[in-house]
Amino acid sequence: MSQSRSALYLRLEPFLLPVLNLGLALLVSGLIIFSIGENPLKALQVIFQGSFGSGEGLGYTLFYSTNYIFTGLAVAVAYHAGLFNIGCEGQAYVGGLGVSFVGLYLGGLPAWCVIILGILAGALFGAAWAYVPAWLQARKGSHIVITTIMFNFIGSALMTWLLVVVLIKPGQQAPESREFSNHAFLPSLKGLFSYAGINLGQSPLNLALLISLTAAVAIWFLLWRTRFGYQLRVAGTSPAAARYAGISPENFMLKAMLLSGALAGCLGLNELMGSQHRLTLDFPAGAGFIGIAVALMGRNNPIGICFSALLFGALVQGGGELAFEMPHISHALVIVIQGLVILFCGALDQLLKKPLRRIFTTTV
Amino acid sequence: MEIESHALELRGVQKRFGSVYANKSVDLTVLKGSIHGIVGENGAGKSTLMHGITGFHPIDSGEILVRGKPVNFKSTEDSIACGIGMVHQHFMLVESLSVLENVILGSEGGIFLNEGLHKARLGILALVKAYGLEVPLDSKVSKLGVCIQQRVEILKALYRGADILILDEPTAVLTPIEVEELFKLLRNLRSQGKTVLLVTHKLKEIMAVTDRVTVMKQGVVVLNVATVDTSAAQLAESMVGRPILLDIKRTAASRGELLLRAQALKVFDLSGVARLNGVSLDLFAGEIVGIAGVSGNGQSELLEVLAGLVKPNEGSLLCKAALVDDWVDITNATNGPRSRHNLGIAHIPEDRLKLGVVPSMRAEDNVRLGYEDKAGGDHFLTDPKQITRECLNLMDQWDVRPAEPMLSLDSFSGGNQQKIVLGREINSEPRILLVGQPTRGVDIGAIEVIHKRLMALRDKGVAILLVSVELDEILSLSDRILVMTSGVFTGEVSSSKASENGLGLMMAGIADKGGIR
Repeated sequence: MSQSRSALYLRLEPFLLPVLNLGLALLVSGLIIFSIGENPLKALQVIFQGSFGSGEGLGYTLFYSTNYIFTGLAVAVAYHAGLFNIGCEGQAYVGGLGVSFVGLYLGGLPAWCVIILGILAGALFGAAWAYVPAWLQARKGSHIVITTIMFNFIGSALMTWLLVVVLIKPGQQAPESREFSNHAFLPSLKGLFSYAGINLGQSPLNLALLISLTAAVAIWFLLWRTRFGYQLRVAGTSPAAARYAGISPENFMLKAMLLSGALAGCLGLNELMGSQHRLTLDFPAGAGFIGIAVALMGRNNPIGICFSALLFGALVQGGGELAFEMPHISHALVIVIQGLVILFCGALDQLLKKPLRRIFTTTV
Repeated sequence: MEIESHALELRGVQKRFGSVYANKSVDLTVLKGSIHGIVGENGAGKSTLMHGITGFHPIDSGEILVRGKPVNFKSTEDSIACGIGMVHQHFMLVESLSVLENVILGSEGGIFLNEGLHKARLGILALVKAYGLEVPLDSKVSKLGVCIQQRVEILKALYRGADILILDEPTAVLTPIEVEELFKLLRNLRSQGKTVLLVTHKLKEIMAVTDRVTVMKQGVVVLNVATVDTSAAQLAESMVGRPILLDIKRTAASRGELLLRAQALKVFDLSGVARLNGVSLDLFAGEIVGIAGVSGNGQSELLEVLAGLVKPNEGSLLCKAALVDDWVDITNATNGPRSRHNLGIAHIPEDRLKLGVVPSMRAEDNVRLGYEDKAGGDHFLTDPKQITRECLNLMDQWDVRPAEPMLSLDSFSGGNQQKIVLGREINSEPRILLVGQPTRGVDIGAIEVIHKRLMALRDKGVAILLVSVELDEILSLSDRILVMTSGVFTGEVSSSKASENGLGLMMAGIADKGGIR
C-alpha cells in the first residue's frame, strides 16, 4: 500500500513541488507586506484581480507570458543539451534586429509573407548570436555561461549603437527606429477573444501568443518523439555515453544552441511586431533572464513552461496593479515579490524535495 | 566473559524502507581479532546492515553491542568514537590534498594546520610501522594508484582509533597482485587484534582470507559458518537460492574466417607516452580471445581504438565487411562507433555507468542507445510504443528485473544494468563483439548468465575480444589468451595450456612497482 503511495507521490511531485514553492514565496511576501502595515490577503487579491480579473488585465498577462514562453523554451532546449544558456536576453535583443529589418525594409510584401519572414529573421539572428558562444565552447573549450553573459553585453552595446547612430528615426531624440510598415503588425487577438466574450481592451495581445504555444508543442514533440531529441538529450545528459554511442556531443551542443537562440530571437515578434511596431532600446527588458526561472519552475518541460510563464506574466501584470492600488506598496516592493518567486521557484526549487520524499516515499 | 570476546554483536536488527524490509531480524556475532566475511547478491541488505552498524542509516529496532556494550548510534560520528571505521567502495578522499592532509581531515586538532600536521605525522608514522601500511605521506592523493588510495582510507580509519574495520567491496578496483597485498595487510591487522568485516560478493576472496562467513539473502541471514567448514559452491548456492555452476562447460572452438586485423597499432597520450606500442591482433569468427594484464597496461586503449572511440596514432585496422566480401579500412573512420555498428562490430564498454548507459534515463531509452537509427522506428519520428515493446522483449530474453521499461536505469542493480547493455549490443547481431569487464559489479547469478551467453555467441560464430581483470573469467572463457604489459603483447597461450599462476607471472613480467601510477 505504501508502495503505491510512494509511486503516486513521485507521479505528483512535478506538479506539487512548484505549487508548494510558490506558496512559500507568497508566504514570505505576505510577511513582508504585513510588516509594512498592509493586508497581505488584500494584496494577493489585487494581484489576482489585476492579472486575471478583467479582459484587459488578462490580455496583458498573456502578452507578458508570450515573452516568457519563448525565453523559457530557449533555456530548456539548451538545458536538455547540458548547457546553461543565460544569454537569452542578448539573443532576444539581436533577434529583434532581424525582426526589425523585415518590418522596416520588407514591409512592402504581403502581410502573411512579412510575418513568416519576421519569424525566420528573428530566429536566424537569435540563432547566430547564440552560435558564437556555442562554437567557442564546442570547439575551443571556453565556458558557455561566461561567453553568453559577455554576449549579452556585446549585444546590448551593438544594439545601442545601431539605434543611436544607424536606425534612429531622423529628426528625433529618442533612440527608436521609425515605425514598421503596417504589413508587419501582428494581428491582435481581440477578435478571437471576443468570441469567448472577453474584451481585451487596450492590451497588445497578438498572434505571437499562438506562435509561442505552437513552438512549445513543437519543442515537446522534438525532444521526446524524435531521434534528434533523443540524441540531444543523451548528449546533454552524458557526453561520454553519447560519444560511445556515436553521437557527437559537440555537434548537438551547436545544434541545441542554434535552436535555443532561435527561440529567444522570436521574442521580437511579440514585443516589436506585436506591440511596439518599432525597434526600441532594451525592449527584452529582462525577459531573457526571467526565462531561466520560468524554465526551472517548468522543470524544463515545454508544457510546464507554458504554465510557469503564465504565472510570471501574471506577477508582472498584477504587480503593476499592486503598486498602483496600494499606497504603501511601491514598485520596488513589487520587484521584491517577483524576486522572491524567482528565488523559491527557480533557485531554491529543490528545497522541499528531500523532506517531502522522506515523508512520502520508501527511499530517499 | 564470553561476550568480552565479541567485537560486535547484532540481535534482531531490523531496517525498513517504507514497507520493504532491507534487514529483517538479523543476528550476527563477530569475534574479536577475526576477519569476518559478509556475502550476498546486490540488494541482499549487506550495505544497509553496514550503514546500520555505522549509524549512517540508524536501525529501526534490534540491538547492537560493541565489545559487549549496547550502543545506540545516531550518526557516523558516534560509531567512529566507538572505534568503528568504514572504508567505502568509492573512496572518500580529497584528490587535491596530500595523504597526510586527507588522513587528518575532520580531526585537524586546532586552528593552525601545521601544528596538527606535525602531531599527526608522528602518529601516522607509528601506525605505518605497526601495520606495514607503506604510503607516501606527502604525495597528492590524485597522483596515487587506487590500491594506495585504499591504504590511505584504511590509515584514515585506524588514525581515528578504529578497532573494528568495515571494508565494502574493497577488491572491486584491485588487480590480483594488489588483492594479495590487501589480504596480507588484513591478516596483519588481525594479528594485532583488530577486527575486520569484509563485505564482498567474490567468493574466492571470502574463502581465501576470512575466518567466518555470513551469507545474506533478501535482508535475512541465511547461512553463518566457519570458512573452513564451507565451500565456494555452498556459499554461491545459499546466496542465490539455487545451485550455481561456477565453472562453465566449454566446447571445442571451431575457428572460422578472419574478421578483424589490427596491425602495429600505436596510441600516445597527451604527454607523448605510448599507451599502445605496436599491437597487432587477428580476430577470427567463433573464438574468444582474452586479454590478460594488470590494469593500465593498454587494455582499455586497445578496446577504445577497436571500438572507434580513439583513433590510433599509427598502425592500421582492417575489418571484413559484412555483405561485400572485402576488407574495409576503418583506421580513421569518421564517427568511429557508428561506422563500427554498420560493420557489425559491437562494444560492451569497461566503464558501464560512464560510457555504456545514461543512468538517469529510462531503461527503454538505454536499450536503443547507439542504435536509435535502427530501433524504435527507424525514421526521424520515433514510436514510443515500439520502443517500449523492444525494451520488454530484451528484458524478457535476458530476464531483467524488474521488467519495467519506464524505470530509470540507475534503479536497476548492476547485474541487471549489465544485462541491458549486453542485450542491446548482442541483439544488434554483431559479427565481432568487444567486451570489457563484462561482470564488474555484477552479482553471481548474473555472472553465470553472462558467461553462458558469451559462450553461446562464440558457438554461433561471433568473434569475441574479452578484456577483464578477473583472471578466472579470462581463463574459463577464452580460447586464446594474450598477455599485455606496457602497451604490447608479451605472450600468447592457448587456454588449454594456461594457468592462473603462469599468467600471473607473465603479467608480472613488468609488474607495477609500489602501485604509483
